[in-house]
Formats: sequence, C-alpha cells, structure tokens
Amino acid sequence: MRTVLGLLIVLNMMLSPVVYAIKAGDPLEFSSEEEKELYREMLHELRCTVCQNQSLADSNASLAEDLRTHLYNMVTTGVGKEKVKAFMVDRYGEFVLYKPSFTPSNYLLWFGPFLLLLLGVIVLIFNIKTRSKMAKEEELTSEEHKMLSKYLDSDKGSD
Amino acid sequence: MNRHMIPLVIFVALIGLMWVGLSLNPRELPSPLIGKEAPKFEVVTLHDQQRTISNEMFKGKVTVFNVFASWCVACRSEHHLLLQLQRRGVNLVGLNYKDKRGDALVYLNQLGGNPYTVIGHDFDGNVGIEWGVYGTPETFVIDRNGVIRYKQTGPMHPQMIENELMPLLRTLEREV
Repeated sequence: MRTVLGLLIVLNMMLSPVVYAIKAGDPLEFSSEEEKELYREMLHELRCTVCQNQSLADSNASLAEDLRTHLYNMVTTGVGKEKVKAFMVDRYGEFVLYKPSFTPSNYLLWFGPFLLLLLGVIVLIFNIKTRSKMAKEEELTSEEHKMLSKYLDSDKGSD
Repeated sequence: MNRHMIPLVIFVALIGLMWVGLSLNPRELPSPLIGKEAPKFEVVTLHDQQRTISNEMFKGKVTVFNVFASWCVACRSEHHLLLQLQRRGVNLVGLNYKDKRGDALVYLNQLGGNPYTVIGHDFDGNVGIEWGVYGTPETFVIDRNGVIRYKQTGPMHPQMIENELMPLLRTLEREV
C-alpha cells in the first residue's frame, strides 16, 4: 500500500506542471508560441509589489517567484490575458499593472498630458492677444509724435 | 491679483503637492480586498496538521487576521502587541506564511507565547497570494459577515491600535 502511494506521489509530481518557485530566467516549456508570448508579455506588464520598481520578470523576491509559478500555471492551462490581469488586480490592486487600465478613475492619468497641452495653448493664445493689443495701444498719435520730437530735440541741445 | 504673482502661486502649489507626495508611504497600497468578502481558502492548522481552517470560520464573530512568519523581522516587533490584544479579548487568527512548522513553533515560544486562537500553516504561500499578501506582517479586520473591513501592511504600533483598530473593533461588535 505504501509503495503504491509513494509511486502515485512521484507520478503526480512528474505530471503536474510546475510545483517549485520559478527563478528569474528559468527555462520553461510551453506547448505553443502564443502561450510563451503571453507569459513573457504578462511578466513584463506586471509589477512586483515587494520590490516596486521591478516587474515580475526581473524580481528575485520570493513572492515574485510564487507569482511567476501561478502565472505559468495559468498561461499553460489556457487562462486568457484579461483573466490573468484580473487575478492580479483582484489581489494586489490596479497598482500591479504597469499599463493602467482605461477606466474612469484613470481618465485623469490618460488625458492629463493633453489637458496640460490644451492649457498651454490657451495661455499662449491669451498672451499673444494681450500683447498685440498692448502694441496697438502704444502707438502714438500725431500730436504725441510732435511733442516727442520736440522733447528729443531739446534734449540733444542741452547735452 | 497682480499677474506677477501667478508664477509664485504655481510654485507654492507645486511645493505643496511634492511635500504631500514625499510624505506618503509608497509601500502602503490600497487593498482591493477592503469591502469584499474574505477570499476562499482552506489550510491546515499549524498545531494540528490533520485539522484545517477555512474562510467559513469568520462567520459570526469579528476577527483580526494576522499574517506572520518566523523569518519576518518586523513581525517580531509586533508580537508583544498581539499578546496585548489577546489579553484584551480580541479574537486573533494567525496565518503562518511561507514558514517551516518547527521554526514557527520556536518563534512563538521565544516571543512569549501564542496570541492566536488558531493558526493556519500556509507553507507554500498560496493562501497568502489569495489575500494579496506582499509585506509581512499584514493585519486584516473581518466583520461578522466575513467581509474585510480594514487592512494594515507592516507592523502595528500602539497609536494605531488605540486610534484605529480598537474603535473599529468596537463598532463592528455593535453591528448586527
């Protein structure tokens, strides 16, 4: 009985995909190019929450190893991209996505740069307008011209 | 307003934003789990490996769920506070995260005892992943209906216990 059980355990270990933690850069087997590509893409798009400026692809944190294992198991069992992302976001929040999702709470993030650009253009137009107006106001009437040249002439004389 | 004041105002506003930005702790991520039901899990207990606990255990009483490990230095500094909470009658449930059983038992002995009603032994860290654990110790407060109401990442401190945790527990105890 014991040997049968032992055999079963060994067989189970051989058949189950990956039960150990995947180190960064470990060689892995995929049944198709799409799966491999999805795995690679997800690794680079997901952030490691322990070492926050590293993606799951780079991080050596033990949590990252566990998450790589989860990711590998999900990808090789045919779980799609959106489901993989949802799995991570449900647990660690939006923060794990390097590319923020296009949802109302992120609109400011997505449109912010364009809003700033628009603001800049408005300020620029406003400035140009007031300047050209000022330039017009500064033009002298013929009376003032006469007076000015008179003052300038007298100034020359006194020198 | 004098138009020359505008750059100054913008400058002061920027300084304000940066001041606030620098004072925030980037490790404190808002947990997406707050307001949601506790994740489903089933795990063996640390003391009796034949017994399991699951999320069903949260039903009916207010629980403080604390994730710890013997390799986690910050957990050590928090341990005496957990013992205090136990003395004050708080229902503490532990999750021993990615730890060897022997190490965890020694850890509890060394630090003055076991403050938990029961401890789950999450040897491979899979329960931790369900709970979105990324920085031990982590502390969750779960209400009678099994909904997560609060989360603290990193060690608790006395001020936080008096000002946030205890008042919340009292409020939840009154809820039906």
